[in-house]
Amino acid sequence: MMNKRMSKPILDVSGLTMDFGGIRALDHLDFDVQATEIVALIGPNGAGKTTLFNCLTGIYQPTDGEIRLACPKTGQQTRLNGLKPNKITEKGMARTFQNIRLFSQMTVLENVMIGRHCRTHSLILGAILRNRKTREEEQETIHKSYEILEKVGLAGQVDELAGNLSYGAQRRLEIARALATEPFLLLLDEPAAGMNPQETVELVTLIRQIRDEGHAILLIEHDMKLVMTLSDRVVVMDYGEKIAEGTPEQIRTNREVIKAYLGEDGE
Amino acid sequence: MMMTVKEIKKSLLVSLWFVFLTFPIMVIKVNPIERTVTWRWSNVLYVAVGSFVISLLAKAWLVRKARAAGRQQAACQARASILQELLHRPGYRYPLIIMFSGLALAFPHLFSTYQANIMTTALMYIVLGLGLNIVVGVAGLLDLGYVAFYAIGAYSYALLNLNFHLGFWAALPIGGLLAALFGLLLGFPVLRLRGDYLAIVTLGFGEIIRLVLENWNAFSKGPSGISNIPRPGFFGLEMSLDHAMIYMYYLMIGLVLLTVFVVNRLQHSRLGRAWLALREDEIACQAMGIDKTRIKLTAFALGAFWAGLVGVIFAAKTTFVNPASFTFLESAIILAIVVLGGMGSIVGVICSALILTLLPEYLRALSEYRMLAFGAILVAMMIFKPEGLIAAVRRTYRFHERKSVAALQDDE
Ligand SMILES: Nc1ncnc2c1ncn2[C@@H]1O[C@H](COP(=O)(O)OP(=O)(O)OP(=O)(O)O)[C@@H](O)[C@H]1O
Ligand SMILES: [Mg+2]
Repeated sequence: MMNKRMSKPILDVSGLTMDFGGIRALDHLDFDVQATEIVALIGPNGAGKTTLFNCLTGIYQPTDGEIRLACPKTGQQTRLNGLKPNKITEKGMARTFQNIRLFSQMTVLENVMIGRHCRTHSLILGAILRNRKTREEEQETIHKSYEILEKVGLAGQVDELAGNLSYGAQRRLEIARALATEPFLLLLDEPAAGMNPQETVELVTLIRQIRDEGHAILLIEHDMKLVMTLSDRVVVMDYGEKIAEGTPEQIRTNREVIKAYLGEDGE
Repeated sequence: MMMTVKEIKKSLLVSLWFVFLTFPIMVIKVNPIERTVTWRWSNVLYVAVGSFVISLLAKAWLVRKARAAGRQQAACQARASILQELLHRPGYRYPLIIMFSGLALAFPHLFSTYQANIMTTALMYIVLGLGLNIVVGVAGLLDLGYVAFYAIGAYSYALLNLNFHLGFWAALPIGGLLAALFGLLLGFPVLRLRGDYLAIVTLGFGEIIRLVLENWNAFSKGPSGISNIPRPGFFGLEMSLDHAMIYMYYLMIGLVLLTVFVVNRLQHSRLGRAWLALREDEIACQAMGIDKTRIKLTAFALGAFWAGLVGVIFAAKTTFVNPASFTFLESAIILAIVVLGGMGSIVGVICSALILTLLPEYLRALSEYRMLAFGAILVAMMIFKPEGLIAAVRRTYRFHERKSVAALQDDE
């Protein structure tokens, strides 16, 4: 359906399968993401979208299939199967969580600083002696975290506890924290859930801005208006299988998709 | 007061329950020599009225708190305690610190050696509390076997001295490092465990170490322990017992200062933030690129290190070690210090270590009611300050313009 464009994809998933006991949550899934592309992943509740994210980020070990990530700068490809979640983040793929998982007793700034962990190096001795190198690294961490918070519009609340933020702000903080790990591919799990229309509009602008800065984005979303305006390409899942893939226009009129959303006798 | 009949009834029930519970110790008095039983019925009245009033007060307080919480729902940012507030104001900070350190330095000269001795024990518990605080308070790993590292420190000095005539100062770092090594050893098998399971395994670990020490006669001399451990030397100077005790006191003051310094810096570093993140949410922590295996192991090792140091000092102070000093009760007390102090708060841990170790000493005046009063105070602390004596306040970070990069200052 989709013609394979230009270069190698940065994320290449093939034959991905995930079984939970008797339940097959992902069934031989194939898809890819190109550099600086916004791909939307849609499908009814329980289709397996979050499970896919968990497999990609190493939280679940897939039963079968291949996941490959290629750095767009170096072109170096890594097989992600079997890697620990922190290694995968280090490789350049970061995520947000559908059910917000911020460090709620830490401040907004500290949450983002945690994201810098895998890009910094100071160890025990550095922490105790607080030598010049450690101090400089710490300052750089603070500086970069501030910059990211400014970008997502949370610069005014840096010292607030993350748990005290409004729902929409928490979602934006999740994005900020993921960005701090310097990913080239960002996975967003329902970033607009629970946001009011005004916040959703701001989110669309933010996601576009992030893409324009050179990140590719794979996003799960139920808000069809957002999906249709934002994404370059849409992948539709149902019962763990990919049932359609294409541009927003192609998906809007796809019979399979309409059937999946409205039921067998729909239309 | 908005007390309803229901609450008064509840308090009545509480007081009846207390009368029932305390009946055997408060009312019945058995004289085993004369084989007589005295019934002290008047005590029933005291217990009943006392517990009724306390329960009513607690209820009133809870009601008030619930109303206050309702009024200002969202604004639940942990408020700094008066002490932390003062420590942060430059005008008060240094006078306060000077006052405290002056008091600490003069203590053995103002009071008797006996008092200094008690204070030394309290200082030891401060270091133990700060060490366990890294594991339990900051990294959120519930460790019920912490006393094992204390025992390892104590026995490493005792045994190294017995077998190789190693002195105190040589044994001190070895004891700390050995404990840290055992911390790593404990860390590996429990990496996948969390919460209750972790608690059970660490509890088992503590008991294993104690049982080994108790039963391996050839190695550790079993239950009879090792005696005649030398006190720390001071450049070969012979000291009287009094002077040795005062020397130990100053040594502990030094160790407490070192511990506070190191633990404070660790907490406010890249590593410390990673520990906090681990405590808050393990999955999110990993997804943010933190190697959870690594930071868990460092938490166990760095926590155990302090227990090892204090263990060596304990052996030198009492000049005698046996396994009976390292029972689960010790672990429980150190854990109580961390929890009551406010998880992760250095000032809190210091305060609660002082309270929990000094209180039983000064409650001796109450003779047989001593432990009862101690228990009551613990319960009261948990009711009135569930978040701990002094809750940890999150640090705020600022970006310093190029020129003042070096002027990074911090505090709890
Ligand atoms: N850890 C697990 N153990 C067993 N079954 C699971 C597990 N995680 C997910 N599942 C099952 O896999 C299926 C897909 O769930 P998933 O959360 O991925 O759906 P989703 O597409 O994200 O749905 P939603 O839009 O509601 O978020 C569901 O049937 C779910 O019950
Ligand atoms: Mg989901």
